Amino acid sequence: MLVPLAQNVVSGILVGALYGLAAVGLSLTFGVTKFLNVAHGELLMFGGYASFWAFTLLGVDPFLTLPTTLVFLGLMGVLLYKLLFSRMVKATEDVKVKNTMLIGFGLSLILQNVALRLWTANDRAITTSYSGMALTVFGVRLPVVRLANLVIALVCLVALHLFLQRTCTGKAIRATVEDWAAATLAGIDIDKVYLESFVLGAMLAGVAGALVGVGYSIVPTMGLEWTLIALIVMVLGGLGNIMGTFVGGIILGVTQSVTSYFAGGAYREVVGLLIFLLVLVFRPQGLFGTKQG
Amino acid sequence: MSKKAVALVALLVTLGLLAAFPLLVAAKSIVNLGCLVLLYIALASSWNILGGYTGQTNLGHAAFFGLGTLATRLLWLSGRPLWLSLLGGGSLAVVFALLIGIPAFRLRGAYFAIGTLALAQILYVTVGNVFPMLSALPSQVLANYQLLPRYYLFLGVAALTVTASYLLANSRLGLGMMAVREEEDAAESLGVSALKHKLVALSASAFLAGLAGGAFAYYHVGYYPQLPFSPVWTFDAVMMAYVGGTGTIVGPIVGGAFYVIVKEYLALKLVELHLIVFGILFILVVLFLPGGFVEAWAHLRKALARRAAQRQASLDSGERRAGPYQPGP
Repeated sequence: MLVPLAQNVVSGILVGALYGLAAVGLSLTFGVTKFLNVAHGELLMFGGYASFWAFTLLGVDPFLTLPTTLVFLGLMGVLLYKLLFSRMVKATEDVKVKNTMLIGFGLSLILQNVALRLWTANDRAITTSYSGMALTVFGVRLPVVRLANLVIALVCLVALHLFLQRTCTGKAIRATVEDWAAATLAGIDIDKVYLESFVLGAMLAGVAGALVGVGYSIVPTMGLEWTLIALIVMVLGGLGNIMGTFVGGIILGVTQSVTSYFAGGAYREVVGLLIFLLVLVFRPQGLFGTKQG
Repeated sequence: MSKKAVALVALLVTLGLLAAFPLLVAAKSIVNLGCLVLLYIALASSWNILGGYTGQTNLGHAAFFGLGTLATRLLWLSGRPLWLSLLGGGSLAVVFALLIGIPAFRLRGAYFAIGTLALAQILYVTVGNVFPMLSALPSQVLANYQLLPRYYLFLGVAALTVTASYLLANSRLGLGMMAVREEEDAAESLGVSALKHKLVALSASAFLAGLAGGAFAYYHVGYYPQLPFSPVWTFDAVMMAYVGGTGTIVGPIVGGAFYVIVKEYLALKLVELHLIVFGILFILVVLFLPGGFVEAWAHLRKALARRAAQRQASLDSGERRAGPYQPGP
């Protein structure tokens, strides 16, 4: 009784770390730019495929290709920003949210179908020589690749935290989140900050996608599900709260897997959505946010 | 004739033409396409009441459409008359709308959009779990299946949705809805209850979407009950309304017709690439025609009028001055 439950909690934490990572990217972009990029899940999917093909065609270990996936998604982010999203910088917040959402719809349609054409509708997973290995602690199985995913997610998080706290660019990003008008007056180039946070968001989605490809599987139609997960976790954690968002991801992951344990897999998604709605209505600042204004 | 009378005559002529359309066109595939166009017009117009006129970006529209199909199909196949089944479908959508309305309207902007998407997703998953079997028409219904009554039902629902939108938009309630869209706090300060107007808009939007769903349930031969709850229905409605122009009567009609016909055309011409091209086309409309076709048309008319006025002015001054005639830019 206890071991299977513990197993579910652990699985939940491991998948939740990826939820958190996906959501941190979205939260960063949305927090700074107010761009509601509903194609975030598709960016994640592209990250997964970049890593999958590097492994399948070139035989390079998926953990070693993370930097190239980062660069690839970064370039994709720059391209999408310059081509599409940069046109929305000057709009009012309301228009921005709506129009970027619409652009996101179109984009997810395009990216999903491009992936379908290029890579077929098959489920793909990166199966390395060590994919089957697992540690067993007190009867709980800990797959090595998923543990490595957790470690990498944490490393990304710490790196992001340091970047935002210590570097000049990071400080400019945080200043823009607090008050973009004051930031402009202080000489911060808003256009540049928007570009940087959009690209950072895309890169984080890419890493998350690569890790999903290693620990689980990827498919061209996965985008909407992951966008929803990222949106849910973003609200759970509270906007602009990186650690909170990450913990929110883990909470969602654990809730889902514990629900599967008690009620079967059919409703695992529903429970996550219900919690999300309750938080949205009763604690709109997020589980860990402080009430503002 | 007054402007209103002209509009009424135009409307009646259009309706007459649409009613005669399936009698003139023999090809079943074209009539089916007509059904689809009318269904999508109803879907986009009903979304527009809350999303366009009241400014609440509702990403849960599929839930209302789906509940409409679910209730209508169950009632109709269990032997109730069609009109009662349709009414049941619309009513169920309204009941659900009122249940979720009060908590959902505590959210604003992006959070309302995400929240309604999550609600619809809950129904989508749950209906898939509760009704996993294909819903097929029984053989005796199938033997007598005729396309014409289906077409007229779609026409009726689309006409009702457009008419209701028009009446609502030109009423006191409609003005209140638009005031809430423009500036919620200012509207409240003038005694316009934002919650009341949002709930009215939501109920009307849900009822009409439920009816559209009912027509779909009457039309479709066999589908999984989960299908009409798919978020794709919402995204389609939103895209159509925006392509045509939100917050207008004509917008969703033009958008719906454009959407279905272009999508079908691209599907025929490009087969597997059609959704990619369609996505690009859609993004171009969002970027370069932000008010949709309706606003683009208004701009075009204004530009033409200005040009004509300029030409007139330059002609006038050309007559007076002795210099050579120079055409306007």
